Amino acid sequence: MSGSEVVIVGGGVTGLSAGWWLARSGVKVTVLDKFIVGWEASGRNGGGASHYASPLFDEEQRLWPQMDELLGYPTEHQKGRILIAMTERQWEQYRFIAERHKRLNHPVELLDVKQVQEAVPLAGDNCFGGVHYKFGGHANPQRSVQAYAWALQDLGGKIIQHSPVTGFETAGGKVTAVKTANATYGCDSVVVAAGPQIPQLMAQLGVNVPLAAARAEMIITEPAPMMPLGGVDGHKIYGRQTMRGNLAYGGGPHEWLDMDATGPAARPSTPLARNLAKRLAELLPKAAHLNVIRSWAGVIENSPDGRPIIDRLTSPDNVVVASMSSVGFGLSPASGHAIRDLVIDGTCSFADIDLLKLSRFDNLESDWREKRGWMPIT
Amino acid sequence: MELNFTGTDICAINGTRSAPEAHYNTVVVGAGPSGIAAAIDAANAGLRVLLVDENPVSGALMGNDVPLYFGGRMTAATQNTERMLEAIFMSMPALETAMDAGVELLLGTTAWGVYRNGPGVASLPEQVVGLADAERSWIVGFDNIILATGGRDLAMAFPGWNQPGVMGAAALQMLLTRYEAFAGRRVLIIGSHDLALETALLAKERGIDVVGIVEVRAAAQGRSELITKVEAAGIALYCDQTIAAAKGGINGVESATLSSGAEIACDTICVAIGLIPSIELVDAMHGQRALNAQRGGYIPQGEATVSAVGDCAGLTDTGFDHIAYRMEWMRALSSISTDDTIICQCEEVTRADLIGVQPPNYLTRPAPMCARSLETLLNDGPANPDQIKRLTRAGMGVCQGRRCRDQVAMLLAIEADKPFGTIPLASHRAPVRPLPLKILAEWDEPATMDAAWDVWFGIPTQWVPVEDIGTEYQDAHREMLYTGMYK
Repeated sequence: MSGSEVVIVGGGVTGLSAGWWLARSGVKVTVLDKFIVGWEASGRNGGGASHYASPLFDEEQRLWPQMDELLGYPTEHQKGRILIAMTERQWEQYRFIAERHKRLNHPVELLDVKQVQEAVPLAGDNCFGGVHYKFGGHANPQRSVQAYAWALQDLGGKIIQHSPVTGFETAGGKVTAVKTANATYGCDSVVVAAGPQIPQLMAQLGVNVPLAAARAEMIITEPAPMMPLGGVDGHKIYGRQTMRGNLAYGGGPHEWLDMDATGPAARPSTPLARNLAKRLAELLPKAAHLNVIRSWAGVIENSPDGRPIIDRLTSPDNVVVASMSSVGFGLSPASGHAIRDLVIDGTCSFADIDLLKLSRFDNLESDWREKRGWMPIT
Repeated sequence: MELNFTGTDICAINGTRSAPEAHYNTVVVGAGPSGIAAAIDAANAGLRVLLVDENPVSGALMGNDVPLYFGGRMTAATQNTERMLEAIFMSMPALETAMDAGVELLLGTTAWGVYRNGPGVASLPEQVVGLADAERSWIVGFDNIILATGGRDLAMAFPGWNQPGVMGAAALQMLLTRYEAFAGRRVLIIGSHDLALETALLAKERGIDVVGIVEVRAAAQGRSELITKVEAAGIALYCDQTIAAAKGGINGVESATLSSGAEIACDTICVAIGLIPSIELVDAMHGQRALNAQRGGYIPQGEATVSAVGDCAGLTDTGFDHIAYRMEWMRALSSISTDDTIICQCEEVTRADLIGVQPPNYLTRPAPMCARSLETLLNDGPANPDQIKRLTRAGMGVCQGRRCRDQVAMLLAIEADKPFGTIPLASHRAPVRPLPLKILAEWDEPATMDAAWDVWFGIPTQWVPVEDIGTEYQDAHREMLYTGMYK
């Protein structure tokens, strides 16, 4: 399929990685984004890269340590994570997860309180213990997203920012062009990776993609001294110590939103920052004096089962739809590879991703959001 | 979990938040003359009024140039909170009047965020303002909020500006008047509009040796009576010149070099080029604001329940184009700055790295990275300070961009060859003042919050490992990790 044209709708981390993978295969790629690459959830998340629940896990793990070199730009990828238990119940849960990793030969080690503090000096005596994942890791979402975009350009791909997609042209059961307000982009294939806007865009093609959007929040502190292990989770919050030293953390209740075709109208943070601050001060008590200097929110979409949708449609048959269902950043090296395979070969070469097909929702009730309570507050 | 089922998402935010601790008809943020007057008016109208002011801020925050650009030139007296509180009461007798009128007054109390329902959020119990003192944070509800947050110092980089002794005019005025805690003796003033001339005269009156006023334009810019007073006071005016460098030692500034080559001994360089209306709260709450060159920058547009008074609402319009004046200074200072002149002090971002959109020094710069620059970035779209911030870290530090936000925008305008007004305002985010985790934390959060708390969405199938689906482990996984979800 070399020399053909693929238009990617959405310059988030999934669309950009797909574009980069396609460009690596010699495909001419154009990525259209409504604003600036990575401006939504792709640039607002915790940067975790340890998604052992996913069929894309092995590929995620294989690729991240190579990404700086493959892309040619820094991603701030760091290896390893630790899960610190702050209650007896959490300690029970985390040991359960550790057992599960051992069963699948993922390298993990249980740490006692002293060992936790050696790896994470900001931790206190108040923890029950930790699980050290000797796999996975984290990276800087904003830097990584830009790295994908630049690497894609270096391979001849195009990024068109400030260009929301308004519709498609179809002929003979295929999408033949993608339209924006100012231009029409002819294509042989389309990847729709537009996050919360996917349902509205796909509805124009007569395809129902069940996704619901919600808002989630994070906070960040001023820099702390660098810890041996910066990928620290636990106590029902997730996050990392950045390579600058800041502690960036999220978690907690989400707010379901209605979404129209233009995407999130705003991404307001709320006083939930206080509840995040409480948990972070408990998880890392020796950081309790550090100043919080920003909070922010992002809007992410979820499928009804919370698993990604990565699928090449049967009609129109040149469309791949990709939503990572709120867990997209870390898996991006692998999701892009899978999308590339679906576009070029029609099947994923490195993992069984049948689980991620859209057809699993064929019998979904039309009022699935209402029945789950995934509705905006009125 | 069945595909089709009926349940409740107990991990949604709905109904989990704590109620505000109190409700006021009117909250006034900032106890300067405008804020006090607004509070008294509201109290006299029979309203329940809360007046908060962040001053005195802690010595540690002052050291980070929060809220004003103190440049490390405050004396040890500012470490004494009791003395500082007394100084505020002594300097603002109207505070007593306000209290007599029934205004509830909280000093040393920061308003760090204003929140209301609107696009993207409908879960707040009412419109609220986040407050914090030295002990804790809390939330209060309001019918109306009046922002009287004043103006903050516009900082500008030049070689050597990143050392103690380079400070802002509003900070110098506060140290000279309210706190009587200025640690310098010989001050060089940069700029000659009203703010600069008033600051020079004030310093002189307080016994400080004002060694000169430097003006980039051909003549002094302020009101003629101020110029006359400055001349009568014998303060030297250096026009058609810029500051080229600050030299110093362990205690900071020791002298300034002008573009003419003249070297002037001084221990303080006061950057008095402009004041910026302090709209952090307005912007962080997604309030309406617009650029107004005659009123000093972006100013609040006024909304049904949010208003602004005093300098926060915009500097007094005298017809002077503050933006044009600042841009002229920026061009001049930019032309004498070197590649290694620091623009963002917190993150140590140099001018070359900012314009080159290069990552911080702790990251490597492979060849493709080195080939990138603002020029290549502009091929993809207009300059956006938030994007530059993400890539270079300029504005990401503990001063929350107070020292570099405005000059980064000006530099981008110059480098992109666009009018200043076309460069978007870099976003402000709550907390709009640095707040320690232990202060910001809601330690006494309601049980509803903890009951809804999950590390992510709490969707039972989201994290069941793919290998475990359909095995005995699937149910064990859910039972262990998702107790109570969707029941």
